[in-house]
Amino acid sequence: MSILETRDLSYVYGQGTPFEKCAVDKVNIKIEQGEFVGIIGHTGSGKSTLVQMLNGLIKPVSGQVLLEGRDIWENPKDIRSVRFKVGMVFQYPEYQLFEETVYKDISFGPSNMGLSEEEIDARVRNAAKFVDLKDELLYKSPFDLSGGEKRRAAIAGVIAMDPDVLILDEPTAGLDPMGREVLLSQLVQYHKQRKNTVLLVSHSMEDIAKIADRVLVMNSSKAEMFDTTKNVFSKGEELEKIGLKVPQITKIMSALRAKGYPVSDGILTVEQAFTEILTILNKEGKIW
Amino acid sequence: MVRDVTLGQYFPGNGLIHRTDPRVKIVLLIAFIVLIFCTFNYYALALTAAVTLLIVLLSGVPIKMYLKSLKVIIFIVVLTSLLNLFYSGGEPIWQWGFLKVTAEGINRAVFITVRIISLILATSALTFTTSPTDLTDALERLMKPLKVFHIKVHEIAMMMTIALRFIPTLLEETDKIMQAQKARGADMESGNMFKRVKALVPVLIPLFVSSFRRAYDLATAMECRCYQGGDGRTRMKILHMRKSDYTVTAFMILVTGGVILCNILFQTVV
Amino acid sequence: MEFISAENVSFYYDTDDEQQNSVRQYALNGVDLEIKKGEFVALLGHNGCGKSTMAKQLNAMLTPVGGDIFVDSVNTKDDKKTFDIRRKVGLVLQNPDNQLVASVVEEDVAFGPENLGIEPKEIRRRVDKALKDVDMSEYSKHSPSKLSGGQKQRVAIAGIIAMEPDCIVLDEPTAMLDPKGRQEVLDAVIKLNKENKITIVLITHYMDEAVLADRVVVMDKGKILTQGTPQEVFSQVQLLKKHRLDVPQGTELAYKLKCSGANIDKMPLTDGECIEMLEGILG
Repeated sequence: MSILETRDLSYVYGQGTPFEKCAVDKVNIKIEQGEFVGIIGHTGSGKSTLVQMLNGLIKPVSGQVLLEGRDIWENPKDIRSVRFKVGMVFQYPEYQLFEETVYKDISFGPSNMGLSEEEIDARVRNAAKFVDLKDELLYKSPFDLSGGEKRRAAIAGVIAMDPDVLILDEPTAGLDPMGREVLLSQLVQYHKQRKNTVLLVSHSMEDIAKIADRVLVMNSSKAEMFDTTKNVFSKGEELEKIGLKVPQITKIMSALRAKGYPVSDGILTVEQAFTEILTILNKEGKIW
Repeated sequence: MVRDVTLGQYFPGNGLIHRTDPRVKIVLLIAFIVLIFCTFNYYALALTAAVTLLIVLLSGVPIKMYLKSLKVIIFIVVLTSLLNLFYSGGEPIWQWGFLKVTAEGINRAVFITVRIISLILATSALTFTTSPTDLTDALERLMKPLKVFHIKVHEIAMMMTIALRFIPTLLEETDKIMQAQKARGADMESGNMFKRVKALVPVLIPLFVSSFRRAYDLATAMECRCYQGGDGRTRMKILHMRKSDYTVTAFMILVTGGVILCNILFQTVV
Repeated sequence: MEFISAENVSFYYDTDDEQQNSVRQYALNGVDLEIKKGEFVALLGHNGCGKSTMAKQLNAMLTPVGGDIFVDSVNTKDDKKTFDIRRKVGLVLQNPDNQLVASVVEEDVAFGPENLGIEPKEIRRRVDKALKDVDMSEYSKHSPSKLSGGQKQRVAIAGIIAMEPDCIVLDEPTAMLDPKGRQEVLDAVIKLNKENKITIVLITHYMDEAVLADRVVVMDKGKILTQGTPQEVFSQVQLLKKHRLDVPQGTELAYKLKCSGANIDKMPLTDGECIEMLEGILG
């Protein structure tokens, strides 16, 4: 059984008004336990609405979201427990910090779950460890942290709820290259240790290529593609048609392939490209 | 959802009233409101009511919108007219217990009802046919003479402009923060009054923090664009009085004359 | 003297540390920088490396604590010339939402010229032209809150060019935008540089944007780390990697190949150059 499944999931904004706009149109996807899924698409392609439906923040107009096989809206009163199981980190999450200390802010989620003091404490410290927030920072005001630290504190606030599925909406937006790299490697580390399911919405094809197992491509409210990262980025032309790019390295390598060089399709990282080229050179005995 | 709240009630259109200079509209509205309360008999009252109806019809805004704006004050209208109906002096026409209805009471109730309704309709006609930006702009220009009394007219207008610009942004932001806190299990839909107010804290604090950040950014941006207050500032838009503006003004002067005439000719209330 | 010339500029902020002691933090520490008229300069570096502080120095929003900055031969410390300098050097900020003042696009663009006391007819002409330059004419009557990030940022740029500046400094104008918005803003900036001959200082984290500049300046810890043509700067892969700055993927691949002995004399920056380089190696 898939951990998350959608059946003809649809959402329409402003239904019944002249401004009616379909945001998500009959999306059917299955996400397996333990996967790292990348979600790409333009602004307005419906990806934000889709992920907000996955944790019950937006109620679908039609269709279903199944969490471990059960419709999350089966009992609307229980929707809060769904939100604890499917954690959601919004864009620029640092803007939602509000408590006096970082510690208290991270514990907001767990205490809403009604956990015991000890359990909350353990979760806060554990979550802080995942995003590498030092102990002394926990007792500072969140507003005194640096930009990158604020971002990680906010993410820890969701990780502390220990969700089975973690959704992140562009967690690296606005960070500098170092901040981006650090945060992404922390996410990969978290996913490895916690072995849960992670959904990452991102505009950075390079980042998605580096870490996702599978990629969901959203285009004008529909799920255009949902396949392994390699397969999705092999379809460079199709992606370009809907205005999305592939990582630079993927593009370069497929151009080489098109020119008749024996490189494989769907190269995702510089590392892969490097080994690929070395292998060819080795085969042809052209090594230096 | 919060973002569904539409700001102002501007209803785009291109009728006579839409096209009238906003300054003219504001001045005439104020004059007309004074006039409404200077009607001393039914003829004068009927005249102002008729003019109000004419404005409503000419505005080209659906009647439904006007009814909506009346709905808000219906309680006040009923209450004040009932008070006037039952608590006026004079010979009772009808009495039941301590409640008595007098001829004067009826007159007062009718007057107050018609006056309040006319007031609301005429004001709505202004806000329906003038965009908030035009309103602010017109107010700034009209209030210019108040500078003599050291009233910071430009600053007030600038604040109104900025408020208009940022209200949609802040509403959208409120919505985002609420969603984010809900995702962390914040419960904003249930519980008693006290609990609900408390549940707003996680929304209000981030909202304040971000408003300050925005204010700081905006101040920087304004300084970068050479803003140094109202002195020496020019405006791109020049408001011209057009022929139709003079026609509308002339019409309202005629109405004023009519009301005065009614007041003089018919000395009695009825 | 060049159009903008910064001589040994330093600047610090006083902040409190844990024990509430006042600490002096140098944001700029002896920066020498010259910008020629008509040049397109990209300024790179981490958050906190001093690039935003530098941006604000260029239009006299801040003035140096040590050293001097001259804009068109005028010292930015000259109080009487502050607004003259700000008219000549416009500054566009990161957050597109927070720098628009009016609730109608064209009125926002008019804000700068209005502050300069220009006569209404001329303002009208400039506003129309500025909106046309950033390809936003059809949105002149729209409300900014209904626009996309890229569109808002282009309106902000129009608001600056309506003041007819010689130079525009853009402080991470694309950081909060999606790829489409980034492209729109970038296209507008390049057009202003090439067609209107406006000097551009673009502060960015994105290497693919920096590659488009005439000159790239890399800052670190309040100092200039290295500068030169994109070719020269991005060839120093090791230095950039050491400071954990991004390098275009193609350049990184070339660097790796070069390290393992491949004969590469010119570091590729664009896709085309990289493909050419690989073809050269593979034969």
